[in-house]
Amino acid sequence: MLSVLIALPLAGALLVALIPREREETIRRVGLAVSLGALVVAAWLFRAFDPASGEMQFAVRVPWIPALGIGYAVGVDGISLLLVGLTAVIFPLALLGSWGSITEQVKWFTVAMLSLEGAVFGTFLALDLILFYVFWEAVLIPMAFLIALWGGPARRYAAIKFFLYTMAASVVMLVAILALHVLGRRLLGERTFDLEVLATMVLPPGVQAWLFAAFALAFAVKVPVWPLHTWLPDAHTEAPTAGSVILAALLLKMGTYGFVRFGPMLFPEALPASAPLLAALAIVGILYGAVVSWAQTDLKRLIAFSSVSHLGFVMLGIASLTEQGLQGSLIQMVNHGISTGALFLIVGVLYDRTHSRQIADYGGVAALMPRFAVIFTIVMLSSVALPGTNGFVGEFLILLGAFQTSTWWAVLGVGGVILSAVYLLWAYQQVMHGPQAARHPERLVEVTRREVLVFAPLVALIFLIGVYPKPLLDRSEAAVQAVLNRLDRPAMAEPLRRPR
Amino acid sequence: MIAPPPVPILLIAPEVAVLATAMVVLVADLWLRPERRDLLVGGSVLGVVLAALLGVTLPDGVGFADRYVRDGLTRVGQTLALAAIALGILVAPEYLRRLRMERGEYYALVLIAGAGAMLMAASGDLLLLFLALETLSIPLYVLAASRRGSVRSQEAGMKYFLLGTFASAFFLYGIALLYGAAGTTRLAGLADFLARGPSSLAAAAGVGLLVIGLGFKAALVPFHTWAPDVYEGAPFPAAAFMSVVAKIAVFAALVRVFPLTLGALAGQWTVLLGVLAAVTMIVGNLAALAQTNYKRLLAYSSIAHAGYLLVGVATATPDAASAVMTYLAVYAAMGTGAFAVAVALERGGQEADRIEDYAGLAERAPLLAAATALFMISLAGLPPTGGFIAKLGIFAAAVEGGGRGGLVLALIGVLTSVTSVYYYLRVPYVMYAGQPGPAVASGGISSGGISSGVGGPGGAVRLHPSPMVNLVLLLTAAVVLQMGFLPRTIIAFAQQVGALLR
Repeated sequence: MLSVLIALPLAGALLVALIPREREETIRRVGLAVSLGALVVAAWLFRAFDPASGEMQFAVRVPWIPALGIGYAVGVDGISLLLVGLTAVIFPLALLGSWGSITEQVKWFTVAMLSLEGAVFGTFLALDLILFYVFWEAVLIPMAFLIALWGGPARRYAAIKFFLYTMAASVVMLVAILALHVLGRRLLGERTFDLEVLATMVLPPGVQAWLFAAFALAFAVKVPVWPLHTWLPDAHTEAPTAGSVILAALLLKMGTYGFVRFGPMLFPEALPASAPLLAALAIVGILYGAVVSWAQTDLKRLIAFSSVSHLGFVMLGIASLTEQGLQGSLIQMVNHGISTGALFLIVGVLYDRTHSRQIADYGGVAALMPRFAVIFTIVMLSSVALPGTNGFVGEFLILLGAFQTSTWWAVLGVGGVILSAVYLLWAYQQVMHGPQAARHPERLVEVTRREVLVFAPLVALIFLIGVYPKPLLDRSEAAVQAVLNRLDRPAMAEPLRRPR
Repeated sequence: MIAPPPVPILLIAPEVAVLATAMVVLVADLWLRPERRDLLVGGSVLGVVLAALLGVTLPDGVGFADRYVRDGLTRVGQTLALAAIALGILVAPEYLRRLRMERGEYYALVLIAGAGAMLMAASGDLLLLFLALETLSIPLYVLAASRRGSVRSQEAGMKYFLLGTFASAFFLYGIALLYGAAGTTRLAGLADFLARGPSSLAAAAGVGLLVIGLGFKAALVPFHTWAPDVYEGAPFPAAAFMSVVAKIAVFAALVRVFPLTLGALAGQWTVLLGVLAAVTMIVGNLAALAQTNYKRLLAYSSIAHAGYLLVGVATATPDAASAVMTYLAVYAAMGTGAFAVAVALERGGQEADRIEDYAGLAERAPLLAAATALFMISLAGLPPTGGFIAKLGIFAAAVEGGGRGGLVLALIGVLTSVTSVYYYLRVPYVMYAGQPGPAVASGGISSGGISSGVGGPGGAVRLHPSPMVNLVLLLTAAVVLQMGFLPRTIIAFAQQVGALLR
């Protein structure tokens, strides 16, 4: 079933590639249908998933390149399930949201989006390190092309920076993966890249520290952890709306997912040892991102920096290494995907009408677009983490977890919550209220039915998770517990170690 | 009277088949009417396929007083060389006809050079290796200069010839020194000699000179300076063929000489090869960044790939040797494919070899653009293509068997691969994003080369209907994708080479 999830979008991309490019309407519909199909599969998976188990479920393992010990191994647990669900929700909305804004080369746009979806699913589901790396890198190609071909004025620079920055960090991870493989061959006497097999090794702390550093670098760039975030504002700002949505909602989560998935399993001693450093960087990121957001004049850049701040919360939750913190992080990954994805879509709505992203070019929009104002308000409040919205659940749990580990972490984190309220409310006020400042007020027409259709599921999820997060928490609880167990008793796997 | 040694003709049947095909092509060309030259192409490919079938089925053996060795390495190396010949022939006819330079000799030269490459993979003696190297090189010089009307092509041929003979002289001198020290030119005898005692200065110098000679052919830094000029001047199909076949031949020979024969002395040469590999990867990739000419870009790319291959030779484990052969298989496909893309294009009666020429090509030739994107992604070593699996094999072997040095080489390898993404992906970017602009008014400043004879290249790039080139593109793209998704069969085939080391 998991393979279907990966293969369906890829097959869809192939199918779209065969449709003549003049038939744009057909191409758009096929693209949407395929991503909705993936959503159905993901929904089924969500229901069939057994919340009581912290193990990998629906796992499939077949040899892929036996000569090198590489296998096709996929599986899902409470950690990846939430992100798979998020991916399945976001892609159809991103496709639908760009119905009006992408008018050139619709065919290749759809092909890129669908192959991106397949690769993102693969990244979250892979249990073989090489397979994971393949998907991880494969994500870059369609994403870079999305930015480079359909992006804003500085798209070329942004695409290259995005690609080289993230790839440079991930190839170092590749070498670390190879080193793990070699260690596995020596310690376990087996040629394998299988995560769960390699996780049975007990590595000396020094080796763990080096290898974790290599993995962490790749993940930290992707998150992005301050001070490795500099690719993000450019990429987010220049990408087309759908690209920004995918980038913010899903690609950044690949980094935080990497920390949660691989940190505890492969580096059960190095992760706790580096937790204070990660927490410190996370807190700097929270505060720095928030302050810099406040200073932006470009709406997209503002949201981009707010991502740095919000992902800092996710990292703080992970670094707390407590049950609440980790659960909060997982929920917050989903929340950030929903609310920031929605924020980028909101900017997209404005941009489609006026072709400006400058805050100064707007004002009093609420009077012209009252329904749009309601949507913006809800999304903004979710991003600010108002109780009753999804953001509150995540940030509350994270701060609770951080508090257990260190009071100071929580105190500083709360500062970030306040700042995020400040800059988001400020931006909202500048754009939606005040005197009419738009240069083309006649273009600011009310949201269309299609646009409402895009926002409706996101708004519903904002309230649903805000009021009743139990279905998500239930499913992630066992997996989080398994993570913490591993950190408590890393020596569990001792018997597997063999003399050389 | 000394009785001549028996000639085990069956042992060398594949080479004989290829050479016989070359002769038949040469003679048949005299009687064939020009419009029926397709028969030459068909006949050549048929001969190559026959040779490949022979090569795969023949059992192991040695002959000619142990000078010729048929083993797993021979089998894999020759199969790859034969594939390169077939692709090299199929990629040419339409281009040659368009530029009115089609003659039977072209195909015969490709076949003879290929036979030289096949012999290099099988040489168990330095003298045979030298003969094979010359059999490979001389036709390549001629092919580089085969566009007689073009000054650039003439320049390329002359440059290649002069520097190439210089390198051959180094190689020969190395053989002489080794013979002086050891009293034999047979690889097995040399290995015994070198293993016996502390190596003499003459022997060490001899090995060093061999590396220079082979390194020149493979365009390893610092023996690479000829490559960009020669690739730029040579006609596209010739450049495609030489970049691939020379690499297959040289790396098969390097694997035979170093890991296979001198494996016991690995400590003495791994550092040398490792340093060469590091320098080659770095210089090749950095120099490629600045190229605006597609051929020069591919030339530096080919240099860079020689560096990655050399990492495998320097690592010298069974896995590394197998990885080198796998890499060669992938490189043969993606290298030929990358050249073949440009063979189908033309600008104002000239080759379309500036990257900017390809602007907006995706509009008019979506499949060609998609194939280019695939080859470039694979050359950059990104998943899900064969280029990734090939690099993975090399780096995995280096990390596993190369100790600290291997780890450093792997790190240099992955980081330079990142650099390479920048220049490779620029090509599909231009194809998809660029607007096909009006012709550049004057000849423009082509990077470094002599501007070609006609007043100046002008006009937009035109696409020619070229079924044979399309076949090449289809085959190479299929291999690149197969190696990316289901590489088992090819890797298993290449593992015969590693098995020799176990």
